[in-house]
Amino acid sequence: MRELTFTAAAREALAEEMARDPSIFVVGEGVGARGGNFNTTTGLYELYGPMRLRDTPIVERGFIGMCTGAAMTGTRPVVDFMFVDFILDAMGELINQVAKIQYMSSGRLKMPLVLRGSIGISGASATHHSGSYFPMFVNIPGFRVVVPTNAYDAKGLFKTALRGDDPVIFLEHKALLNAKAQVPEEEYFIPFGQAAIVREGTQATAVAVGSMVRRTLEACEALAGEGISIEVIDPRTLAPLDIATILQSVHKTGRLLIVDETFAPCGIGAEIAAQVAAHGFDDLDAPIQRLNGVYTPTPYSPPLEAAVVPNTTQIVQAIRDLLAE
Amino acid sequence: MNLTQKEYLALYRQMLVIRRTEEQLAKAHQAGLIPGACHTYIGQEAIATGVCANLTAQDAVFSTHRGHGHALAKGVPPREVMAELFGRVTGCSRGRGGSMHLFAPEVGMMGTSGIVGPCILQATGAGYSSRLLNNGTVGVAFFGDGASNNGAFHEGLNLAAIWDLPVIFVFENNMYATEVPFSYATRNTDMAERARTYGMNGVSVDGNDVLAVYEAAAAGVRRARAGEGPTLLDCKTYRTRAHSEGMPSLGSYRTQEEVDAWKSRDPIMTYRARLLHEGIASESDCEAIDMEVQALIDESFEFAKNSPYPNPATVAEHIFSS
Repeated sequence: MRELTFTAAAREALAEEMARDPSIFVVGEGVGARGGNFNTTTGLYELYGPMRLRDTPIVERGFIGMCTGAAMTGTRPVVDFMFVDFILDAMGELINQVAKIQYMSSGRLKMPLVLRGSIGISGASATHHSGSYFPMFVNIPGFRVVVPTNAYDAKGLFKTALRGDDPVIFLEHKALLNAKAQVPEEEYFIPFGQAAIVREGTQATAVAVGSMVRRTLEACEALAGEGISIEVIDPRTLAPLDIATILQSVHKTGRLLIVDETFAPCGIGAEIAAQVAAHGFDDLDAPIQRLNGVYTPTPYSPPLEAAVVPNTTQIVQAIRDLLAE
Repeated sequence: MNLTQKEYLALYRQMLVIRRTEEQLAKAHQAGLIPGACHTYIGQEAIATGVCANLTAQDAVFSTHRGHGHALAKGVPPREVMAELFGRVTGCSRGRGGSMHLFAPEVGMMGTSGIVGPCILQATGAGYSSRLLNNGTVGVAFFGDGASNNGAFHEGLNLAAIWDLPVIFVFENNMYATEVPFSYATRNTDMAERARTYGMNGVSVDGNDVLAVYEAAAAGVRRARAGEGPTLLDCKTYRTRAHSEGMPSLGSYRTQEEVDAWKSRDPIMTYRARLLHEGIASESDCEAIDMEVQALIDESFEFAKNSPYPNPATVAEHIFSS
């Protein structure tokens, strides 16, 4: 089967859906002839022109508010925000408007708005280009929050996002954008709320998010040499969260570690831990553990930057500690 | 102006529907029937009426916290506005919104908002949809002087201007953002000029003169539908009641003399006098409308008051599309 990068797979999803549905348009800085800062729209401007590949001034609040109104009036905007840090300027529009309009209109308005762009710590991007912030979005009723971790999932989940009528925050970790995976030629969709068991195991469950999936798999591979068997789950979407798959795994393994680059307080790990404690308490043979990035703004200098992100050695140690409980 | 008698009277009737609805709501608020906020539009009726008379149900209106008049002028029945403020399931937002969240997309009322500014951006987005779908509709934002200093004003006007979007920005200058005078909050208060600095059509109009508003809006809507880009209407007006029901009418920010001076320029009273003076309508024509509107308001009030509350079991419905 052919292999595509994460970015190429997501771009293919966008291209297919734009060909199918003329009401889809993309806004963002450099999404036109430039093809997107991360090549998210390469080649599409030539096909669809400026009304559908709309370069914007640097006005995140402005174009997100504009796309909110557009989504209420019959079109399907895709906001290509480049770095999630940039849309913090639009949090009022996102939380007060985008997330609430379906509810406030008692379901008579839809909000088919997809916001997509990069997250994560990578490549000395420093603190204004390294955020993830997904727990903030997960906390708000009204958003679908998607964090794909490979090319196959990126395409299938992006297709689902572009077909749906709900606002979707589609978050693409910078460290994963050039990673290749097998992507079939045939059309496929991945539903929201369906976690992937990316490695089967028996002794403990590791739920990993975003770029931590790859590192956790590396850690488990290393431990497998010692006969240690760990199950790894990639939730793929954080809202909705497939807690059932996690509970089933914990039922089997009795132990749970959540690995997440973002901050621990009120984070996705806290939510998963609370739900497993509530609904899987009798399955647990040890306290639930979390391994998170350091609770700090993201520093620039490479040794400092590396120090804030959980690495494979730390994940290995966290698993050993969990098994020793 | 080239209106039929019927059209002239329709403007009168629409303003009166807003006035009588608001008066009924103010009374209902005092009687404890409205559990939340109530910002009346009394004194500003000519603006919503004059603008919306140029719109179809497909044109999208986005409004503010002072939005009852916009909803009514756009075609939301008074009974649904009242029921919404009373928190009833028959309200236009099915009891989920109240005064500041009136939604009726079936008539193009795309929401009032408790946040100052977003309506400007959303109307710009409706203009974008219109261009992409090529359906001839316009987006309309109603907002007050308070919103004009917000970043959304700058960003929305600029986007609408650079892309020639079919949008009407209706700036309602009632002189106070809650209680902060516009003259204090803004150095350049000439909003038509400010619009022109964005490269857009800017027109100043007497916001208490429904015909002047109608005419200016008609020209702006015509331009927008013809692909000639957005217009800002700078409408000077005055709210004669308190910012919000239950607050003092005068407070520390205005005088009784000022309120009285504006009341003497009441948009409905002056328009009615004009219709009579110019022989467009007779006293009995107007009285017939007065009675019909009063009956409508009475019926609407009874309907709203007797409507059921929403079922608490439905509280988490409609967060998502399915």
